[in-house]
Amino acid sequence: MNIAVCIKQVPDTEARLRVRSDGRWIEEEDLPFKINESDEYALEEALQIAEATGGEVTVYSLGPDRVKEALRKALALGAAKAVHLKDAAFEGGDALATGRALAAALAQGQHDLVLTGSQSDDVGYAGTGSVIAGHLGWPHAWLVMGVDVEEGGASAKVTREMESGMNEVFRVALPAVLEIQAGINHPRYASLKGIMQAKKKPIADKAAADLGLGADAVGVAGSRLEVLSVAFPESGEGAELIDAPPEEAAKILVEKLQKEARVL
Amino acid sequence: MADTVWIVLQQRDGALHRMSREAIAAGRQLADATGGTAEAVLLGAGVGALAEQVAAFGVTAVHVADAPALEDYTPGAYVGALAPAIREAAPAYVVFPHTYQTVDYFSRLAQETGAALLPEVTGFEAGDGGLVWSRPILGAKLVSKVKVKGDGTVLVSVQSGAFSADETGSGSAQVGALPGDLSGLTADREILEVQEVAGDTVDLSKADVIVAVGRGIGGEDKMGPVEELAKLLGADIGASRPVIDNGWLPRDRQIGSSGQTVAPKLYIGLAISGAIQHTVGMKGSQTVVVVNKDANAPMFNLADYGVVADVHEFLPAFIEAVKAAKGA
Repeated sequence: MNIAVCIKQVPDTEARLRVRSDGRWIEEEDLPFKINESDEYALEEALQIAEATGGEVTVYSLGPDRVKEALRKALALGAAKAVHLKDAAFEGGDALATGRALAAALAQGQHDLVLTGSQSDDVGYAGTGSVIAGHLGWPHAWLVMGVDVEEGGASAKVTREMESGMNEVFRVALPAVLEIQAGINHPRYASLKGIMQAKKKPIADKAAADLGLGADAVGVAGSRLEVLSVAFPESGEGAELIDAPPEEAAKILVEKLQKEARVL
Repeated sequence: MADTVWIVLQQRDGALHRMSREAIAAGRQLADATGGTAEAVLLGAGVGALAEQVAAFGVTAVHVADAPALEDYTPGAYVGALAPAIREAAPAYVVFPHTYQTVDYFSRLAQETGAALLPEVTGFEAGDGGLVWSRPILGAKLVSKVKVKGDGTVLVSVQSGAFSADETGSGSAQVGALPGDLSGLTADREILEVQEVAGDTVDLSKADVIVAVGRGIGGEDKMGPVEELAKLLGADIGASRPVIDNGWLPRDRQIGSSGQTVAPKLYIGLAISGAIQHTVGMKGSQTVVVVNKDANAPMFNLADYGVVADVHEFLPAFIEAVKAAKGA
């Protein structure tokens, strides 16, 4: 089976974040980026299915130049080729605009299955995969915790996470778009050989015009949401911060838990 | 014409999902703010009795799509029922509870109907030129304010706990059929079974004291002091999702939307950043202690007592202090 995986490069949220001077996003300069967590699991799942069924994986990503690094990493992990949706017009899209662009790029390929992560760790719209499926006219499933391609590759048994520790198992016809949840597998590490081979693997750049899309259909212009500002939330009401070196802070905390909260 | 606000309720086997009441509260506030009416939408098979209950929840109408194809939830049948109705009635807003089921189909519904898609909001306020919505971004470390551009219906999902279910009112609304033909609905999934993920589960829901760890704990090999503290306090150990996904603790220790809901007297969160997927499961805790080296971790917003420190430096000191206090 030939499988496409859509990955997003996102800021490392463990890093120190600052609000950009225009107040509409975070400062990206000097910020470390990485492949979105659930997308790493989607890539691993795609590699495993391709290995089991004898096919190849094509990885897609939308974003500025830095995204090449994420694509190279995916190629090093085992993807055969990459498509980079690279156009200033693509930037800042909501799930509808980004899904429209990715669907147009995917439609130019030949894929039996499309995998995405379930949610981006930055804006977290959690809908791009479903929007892609709508454009392609394929079934989809979100928060997928198991994919079992059935004999002949015409269908898959899919496990979807529900709330409160329950999973639902169902069958979908292929091709489909499956939005993978973190934890479905154990993503591999890139080998030195993989990293060397990745340098020779092709990455095709696609601008909006290459996909037959007007600049007003994608990115900020093609979005229905406009971000006005981002900010750190006001710190908690009633939260008492104990500001002291560890030994002292520990003593103060124990005393408060005993005498104020009366829980020790 | 006044702006209509639809609220799509989630039900399973004739029982409402707890967040459906919060969605009604959000929809009613939205109707008040926009001078519109709040109307409930209910999908299912044989949900007439539930529709009569919903009619008393302070909505002005209840639109019911009742068809055998809607007995089990599938995105195909749900989008198939809602899309023509939204096109025909063109409500200003359609409000959903931000549940796993909603997220599974409502983005596709937006794509299909040309509606705007506004996921996971925690509130709204009036601004110049329309409503300004708040939603968490970057693992809830920041809050984003957004507005909707263009005309037409807006699909919006409301985050758990953002609107109080107590605000659902009373009344007796007219119950009627959702516009559209339901005879051609088709499921795009063949449902095979529903499984419990963690069979022989640890029940954290009755624990008095919980020590919970997050990704920042750093690894399975770093759990020693955590276990020592838990033993000293007679606590159960819980965790946020990344700890489970990394295999550092078994899945039956997970607290949050896909794990357990806990309400201990004392909850100690160690190196947990505070993503909503975790906090939704521990909000009911009485006393919350948070230890995190990142002073901006959203977890501190839920804390009664917070310590900004590296957990690995703080834990040995805390264990000694607890020992000293217990010995006294």
